[in-house]
Amino acid sequence: MMAETVIKVENLSKQYRYGVIGHGTLYKDLQSWWARARGREDPNIRITSDVEPGLDGEWFWALQDISFEVKQGEVLGIIGRNGAGKSTLLKILSRVTTPTKGVAKIKGRVASLLEIGTGFHQELTGRENIYLNGAILGMTKGEVERKFDEIVDFSGLEKFIDTPVKRYSSGMYVRLAFAVAAHLEPEILLVDEVLAVGDVQFQKKCLGKMGEVARGGRTILFVSHNMGAIRNLCGRAALIDKGRLVLDAAADHTIARYLDQNLLEGAVASEAEVEERMEGIIRRNNPFIRFQEIAILDRSGLPRRSFNSDEDIIVSITFECRQAVQDLHIMVDVVDENAVPILRTRNVDDPSVTANFHEFEPGVYNASCVLPANTFGGKRFFLTVHLVYLKTEHLVVNKILEFEVKFQGYNYRYGRAGDVFIRPQLNWAIQVGRRQELGNYDR
Amino acid sequence: MIETPEKYEKWDLIIQPKRAWFDLHLGDLWRYRDLISLFVKRDFVTFYKQTILGPLWYLIQPVLVTIVFTVIFKKIAGISTDGVPGYLFYLSGIVLWNYFANCLNQTSNTFVKNVGIFGKVYFPRLTVPVSIVIINLAKFGIQIILFVGFYIYFIADGSPVRPTLLTLLLPVLIFQMAVLSLGAGILVSSLTTKYRDLTFVMSFAVQLWMYASSVVIPASKVPERFLYFYMMNPMASVIEMFRHSVFGVGVVNPVCIAISWGVTLCVLFGGIILFSRIEKSFMDTV
Repeated sequence: MMAETVIKVENLSKQYRYGVIGHGTLYKDLQSWWARARGREDPNIRITSDVEPGLDGEWFWALQDISFEVKQGEVLGIIGRNGAGKSTLLKILSRVTTPTKGVAKIKGRVASLLEIGTGFHQELTGRENIYLNGAILGMTKGEVERKFDEIVDFSGLEKFIDTPVKRYSSGMYVRLAFAVAAHLEPEILLVDEVLAVGDVQFQKKCLGKMGEVARGGRTILFVSHNMGAIRNLCGRAALIDKGRLVLDAAADHTIARYLDQNLLEGAVASEAEVEERMEGIIRRNNPFIRFQEIAILDRSGLPRRSFNSDEDIIVSITFECRQAVQDLHIMVDVVDENAVPILRTRNVDDPSVTANFHEFEPGVYNASCVLPANTFGGKRFFLTVHLVYLKTEHLVVNKILEFEVKFQGYNYRYGRAGDVFIRPQLNWAIQVGRRQELGNYDR
Repeated sequence: MIETPEKYEKWDLIIQPKRAWFDLHLGDLWRYRDLISLFVKRDFVTFYKQTILGPLWYLIQPVLVTIVFTVIFKKIAGISTDGVPGYLFYLSGIVLWNYFANCLNQTSNTFVKNVGIFGKVYFPRLTVPVSIVIINLAKFGIQIILFVGFYIYFIADGSPVRPTLLTLLLPVLIFQMAVLSLGAGILVSSLTTKYRDLTFVMSFAVQLWMYASSVVIPASKVPERFLYFYMMNPMASVIEMFRHSVFGVGVVNPVCIAISWGVTLCVLFGGIILFSRIEKSFMDTV
């Protein structure tokens, strides 16, 4: 028997307007009206040549003619670049905003994990906040009462349940908030990782809960920049680009298509190119960190895409700190064609770097790391780069640059056998006889 | 398996563009009644947990204003108080007016103050102003007790004021005030999402409104031919009714009551319609 359709979206469109709507004040509206009534020029009209043409006051479609269906128990991943319309879609489905055209029909209760802790009040105790938050999320008093003990158990805050939450640590706060959301037991769960709290620990918890919910046969819509998570959790994924549904297919297929959009031709990604492909937790106002350039270089500093396996490969990341930050994490993943990580390295792995660069004053910085010679086999590799300011911003550019390694071989007499990702030259020893009980493998 | 024909399928929720003006979803408000009571409880607890001066202020403020009014309007300007002791006359007006003005001021901030929460989760937005109107009853109760204290003192002191049968209608009167302040508040809160400068006009307008609401000048001093026009202001009628029920003075007649209820209901429904219109598009305009 076919599973029941629980979400049916038909030609859903959402139109926004750039710039100002009206003048925002009654005074100016009246002023404009009075000027027009006397046949004078409107004193508040904008001189259009000043602003970027085609932007101000113009309508644009954040979503256009999106149609899809989700069956009960299905986990649908939604991927796409920033501003593609993923979050708008979830906002419409969670009724925070209304569509301009089209219909979305839903069976069952909808909850979204972007609502964690919404409406918590500092002065109220943990107990009172559980009831309040539960009610905001749509539970009745009776439902909260029935699940109250479970929620408290899950949060592990029995001792503090009658303490005002203003005395809670941020960790306790999140635990309590999450416990309420986790016991909402919605039939349909909307998860927008991008909008979730930028706490790595917490995101992990969300993912864990999602897996559990998915196994419980409930329906999930999952927006993420984490291709690994999408691949693990979702059978199907939809790719949204510039407000349109480009592809709705098996997750692997959609991810591949999406990442191919990201890949650049050369060995250098400019600021604009990175910006366009940037995902993750991004502060639109007052950002802390931004990429300026990502490049693959050889030892002489020239951008290159093709290397021999006995050459060093240098990954260079130029970034700007717009504000002072501490403990910046820069993470480089060398990934395969399907964005599965092969090798990972971070700036904070190197103690000498963390010692010298703990505090970052505003300004431009360049970080580089050497992928040493004689590491890779003869394959195509891709770079995914993360720039993380803990709990505030987490910028990711997936699979943006490609490089190719030509495996040289370590001993020409025996051929190369280099068709693998990692092919380092390692130490070997051979001796006569069986393995010794207490051998010495130190060199 | 036979596919169910489309039109027979049952959906729990259909999300579509805003359509009719009268698509109000008032049933939702009833389903979320637990939320309203929890909002009320939250505000009550936070009110209770304030410093001692917080609740005390609700007693000090009307007394101070009453003294000022008595000195200026009765002693200096010599404006009639319909034979009622000045302190009682002004205090009754101020207590009622405070409830109305507090509700109005707080509900008119509904959208602006709740941007964060409204942007994250759906629940009927009307729950917020409704809970404000209810929680203000607590503060109103404190001030009414203050008034009753003065009232008993003045009667014991030999003042000629006596309650009338209309006293039994006091709950209706309070209900009308609540409805009116809710209606006016959500009307203003809807307008302030478009016109930000209205918030400044508001505090000023509320003060002017007070002087046109029998708080200071009794309706008996309003010329006969303007009386019905004057009573278009429902608060004037409410305050006159209140004074009539506790003091036995004041202008009360069926036409005035009908007019004031008519205006009250118009304001309420106008407010609800505009509010439910705005609540759908609000998140896109801020």
